[in-house]
Amino acid sequence: MKKTYVSMQLNGEPVEFLAEPSQTLLECLRDTLHLTGTKEGCGDGNCGSCCVMLDGTLVTSCLVLGVEAEGRTVTTIEGIAAGQKLHPLQKAFIDHAALQCGICTPGFIVAAKALLDQEPDPSEERIRLWLANNLCRCTGYDKIVRAVQAAAKEIREEKQA
Amino acid sequence: MKPFDYVAPTTLDEAVHALAGNPAARVLAGGTDLLAQMKGGRREAPLVVDVKRIPDLLSIRMEEGGLRLGAAVPCIRIATNADVRAQYPALAEVASLIGGTAIQGRASIGGNLCNAAPSADAVPLLIVLSAVARVAGPGGIREIAVEDFCVAPGKNALGEGEFLVDLFLPKPAAGFKAHYLRFIPRNEMDIAVVGVGVSATVTDGQITTARLALASVAPTPLFVREVTEALVGKAPSAEAIAGAAALAEAAAKPISDMRAPAEYRRHLCGVLSRRALTAVLQ
Repeated sequence: MKKTYVSMQLNGEPVEFLAEPSQTLLECLRDTLHLTGTKEGCGDGNCGSCCVMLDGTLVTSCLVLGVEAEGRTVTTIEGIAAGQKLHPLQKAFIDHAALQCGICTPGFIVAAKALLDQEPDPSEERIRLWLANNLCRCTGYDKIVRAVQAAAKEIREEKQA
Repeated sequence: MKPFDYVAPTTLDEAVHALAGNPAARVLAGGTDLLAQMKGGRREAPLVVDVKRIPDLLSIRMEEGGLRLGAAVPCIRIATNADVRAQYPALAEVASLIGGTAIQGRASIGGNLCNAAPSADAVPLLIVLSAVARVAGPGGIREIAVEDFCVAPGKNALGEGEFLVDLFLPKPAAGFKAHYLRFIPRNEMDIAVVGVGVSATVTDGQITTARLALASVAPTPLFVREVTEALVGKAPSAEAIAGAAALAEAAAKPISDMRAPAEYRRHLCGVLSRRALTAVLQ
């Protein structure tokens, strides 16, 4: 099948690539652009491990075609840290041991950032409901929720300072 | 996924042209049904027509007499839109309970309707909101009442080369309320064992409009017209509600499957109908 030219903004930089229409955005990110931070779990939108931001909206990249990203803005886990400085969510996940195997972690962090960007002080229930689209088979979720709460607090305090 | 061609038209005419003479082509909106089906090998398409570059399909606008909701608007935009929340709060609510957060970033109410699943959460509510689907195709534009849109499991009333452009929801009259209730065994992200959409208008102590529709208890979302006849003209009362709920229970044609036995579904129809009607009438 003929490939299609795609140009998009990826983590703040313009990128260009060729994609077959049947390739998902997840496949394009990992196999063509070699950004392997975004993981594939279920491949059908249930587990959330492939979460990215598409034009500022949280989506599962396994259910987006690469060709759909033409002219769009995409942010992946690789675009969350500020250079060498970890985002408060990334630091909180480490500090609170909110991961074991780590496969689900990029999706959780991208999804949690999408929440905190619009709601700086979500309740525990709100965090749990928002993250219900992300599955983790190791942690039992509690440490993830604590990490998100801690990061939210830190971000709020940074803003006040 | 098997290879396919992809086009992303920017006008209705271009989309009609792309779909013309290609009955196996599929329309792509949010892709949460279509791409999952294609990846799972349950559906094939030689051509995918992405309708998300057509402005009409992505707009939410208040018009004279109601709301026009583009077929491809993702649920997250519907759930957070100020006009929808103010005038159609039940629609905002249903948009926030289909799938999880990342699915809501893509999945649309129009797609929920076109997918024609008997369990679609949005469809009973659209029926009780008296929504009208506007469809484009080789014969031009036509309108289909939402209660006539789903014709069999996974099959809709769209003809060859036709696609859904938008949904028109009449402006709620004073005293109008709508509500959708579903039973799922968990707190979120599940398929309705039974879903009930209801709406009613009460004017000067009398019911002037009433509609009820069910999900997951028939081959298609089920509009229970008898409820309208039973309630209109009466005063809201526990007896009137119980009578209408019994009609809903009698109208259901549920099957037994892994989610629930048929008798349980039928029982739930009565319980949820009573609760939903109570919510809009009292």
